[in-house]
Amino acid sequence: MSQKKAMLIDLTLCVGCNACQSACKEENQLPPNEEKYLSLTAYTALDKYNDLYVRRMCQHCDVPTCVSVCPVGALSKTEAGPVAYDGEKCIGCRYCLQACPFHVPKYEWSSTKPRIQKCKFCASRLARGLQPACAEACPTGATLFGDREELLVEAARRINAEPARFVPRVYGKDDVGGTSMFYISPVPFEQLGFDSRMGKTPMPMLTMSALSKVPNVLSVGGVLLGGVWWITNRRAKVQAFEASQKKDPTRPPEDKP
Amino acid sequence: MKIPGLPRITGWHPIATTLILAGAMAAFARFNYGLGATTNLSDEFPWGLWIGFDFLGIGLAASGFTIVAAVNLFHAKEYEPIVRPAILTAFIGYLLVVLVLIIDLGRPDHFWHPLVMWNPHSVMCEISWCLMLYTTVLSLEFAPIVLEKLNIVSPIKWIHAISLPLMIFGVLLSTLHQSSFGSLYLIVPNRLHALWYTPLLPVLFFISCIASGISMVILESLIFARGGRDLLPTPLRANLAKIIAVTLAVYFVVRVEDLLTRGAWRELTALTYYSLAFYAELLIGFVIPFVMLLMERVRTSRRGLYAATLLVVVGFAFNRMNTAITGLEHYPTQTYFPSLIEVFITLGITAVGFSAFSFIVKYLPIFEPVVAGPRRRKEVVTGPPEPIFISREGGDLESR
Repeated sequence: MSQKKAMLIDLTLCVGCNACQSACKEENQLPPNEEKYLSLTAYTALDKYNDLYVRRMCQHCDVPTCVSVCPVGALSKTEAGPVAYDGEKCIGCRYCLQACPFHVPKYEWSSTKPRIQKCKFCASRLARGLQPACAEACPTGATLFGDREELLVEAARRINAEPARFVPRVYGKDDVGGTSMFYISPVPFEQLGFDSRMGKTPMPMLTMSALSKVPNVLSVGGVLLGGVWWITNRRAKVQAFEASQKKDPTRPPEDKP
Repeated sequence: MKIPGLPRITGWHPIATTLILAGAMAAFARFNYGLGATTNLSDEFPWGLWIGFDFLGIGLAASGFTIVAAVNLFHAKEYEPIVRPAILTAFIGYLLVVLVLIIDLGRPDHFWHPLVMWNPHSVMCEISWCLMLYTTVLSLEFAPIVLEKLNIVSPIKWIHAISLPLMIFGVLLSTLHQSSFGSLYLIVPNRLHALWYTPLLPVLFFISCIASGISMVILESLIFARGGRDLLPTPLRANLAKIIAVTLAVYFVVRVEDLLTRGAWRELTALTYYSLAFYAELLIGFVIPFVMLLMERVRTSRRGLYAATLLVVVGFAFNRMNTAITGLEHYPTQTYFPSLIEVFITLGITAVGFSAFSFIVKYLPIFEPVVAGPRRRKEVVTGPPEPIFISREGGDLESR
């Protein structure tokens, strides 16, 4: 599976039947109630804005913020697209909860051995050549699974074919550096609870601007401080020598430090 | 009633004991019932009081690296008497922060994972490494004091040999992680309020820790002075105060300049939850002490200096708590206030710190380095008398 996988969510096709959530809960063995917001028991949730339904789940970013902040590499971006989580590595610092721009990871607060929970992009199904449970269950084709590049072409085709029906934007194409979940919508995304202030630069770049200076601080700082010590130390010794010269001018000059 | 020869009865011991016991019970609850049942942390507010405590502890322990750098690298030898208290403060501070971090972790049993599982893109990973390495450096800087007391000299020789690179490494590590605590928040531009979020966070964190670290040294020396052990003559303390004033001024200029260029100053035109927190922080911690420290009268008066440096420390605490908590709240819909258990654990650990300090000061030569130094050092190096490790002349290298 060399091609990166993705999903296209066409909000104009969604009828709010919640089949995606039911299939997800069945696949992940979660209690089968319908939820509006992401939680420990809802890896995908269906929220309603006027007459539009919006699915939420992990966006499986191309340059994931959570993967970059995790100190132990418990989160990783797999080649096929899913952002995977390894609870055995996780130390529970919760930086991913703090940093995820989509507020996706949820924490098992009540456990004494807590992990995070989130959409897995059905990585195990993908590995078997199946599509994610939610895409398979969607009766209207509102959630479409496929190769990332092909889905982008398809999204553009739909928007161009009916420009009156869609706002001219594929959300997720390059937001925070691109995600694996694309949304096309009849109304501006800001009205649907999408954060519009995030820009196209991957979030981890913000951190890298500081982290990339670490080697410089070590090398330049090390030389600088060493130099400062050498100079101040030398000055002190010269002073001491001059003082001793004054006291005892007969002292041989080769003692000079 | 005071009977000569018997120790004075003070309120400190029962208070400390109570706090430590309460903290221990709270910690027991936290480990038994998990974070959800014992803290007010949530998915919306995954970091709280404990992260704020870490910021504070590390910032105040900056006294360690600033004084070591000033005395041993910049050769301000007249400040030598406060090197040991500063190292001790830093050492205890770091140990406590590591302890709080472990309690804060969801999986304390996995605390060692950053040692073997690396992610160089993570600020948290960098901080874990800096904390571990710098705590090691501090323990090596502290070890000679213990060894001296026990009269074990051979390791002192060994530590002395590497003391210069060790000190430089310690200063660099401090520079890195002091600023990295600010870098932690670079990745949340959408969450952290504009009054605190800036790409300059690491720079601002670094500058402010210098002011707070030196303030801690002054405060300590003033408190010891009250107990009859004045480590620093008034003019030297006044000089340190000048450095604080300069640092505060630099911080203020950078902070205000940044607010202006980013346009975040607009948030200050109305009195809101956030702008009030910001004003409190900047006035208490930076503007007022700066104005006070400009006055010679304040710098040379114990009481004045006490007030000014206390303000710096309190304002510093405000700044860190605002960054870690206030700036991330969505007032009034989503706020955070620590639970009793969080507070008790924090207070208990603070009490452990103070108790450890007074205990160690009692049994180890923290205040008499210059007296204790020359007597034993003869076995270690030859050359002009100087205390072990703390000062280091190039002559040692040549004579060895």
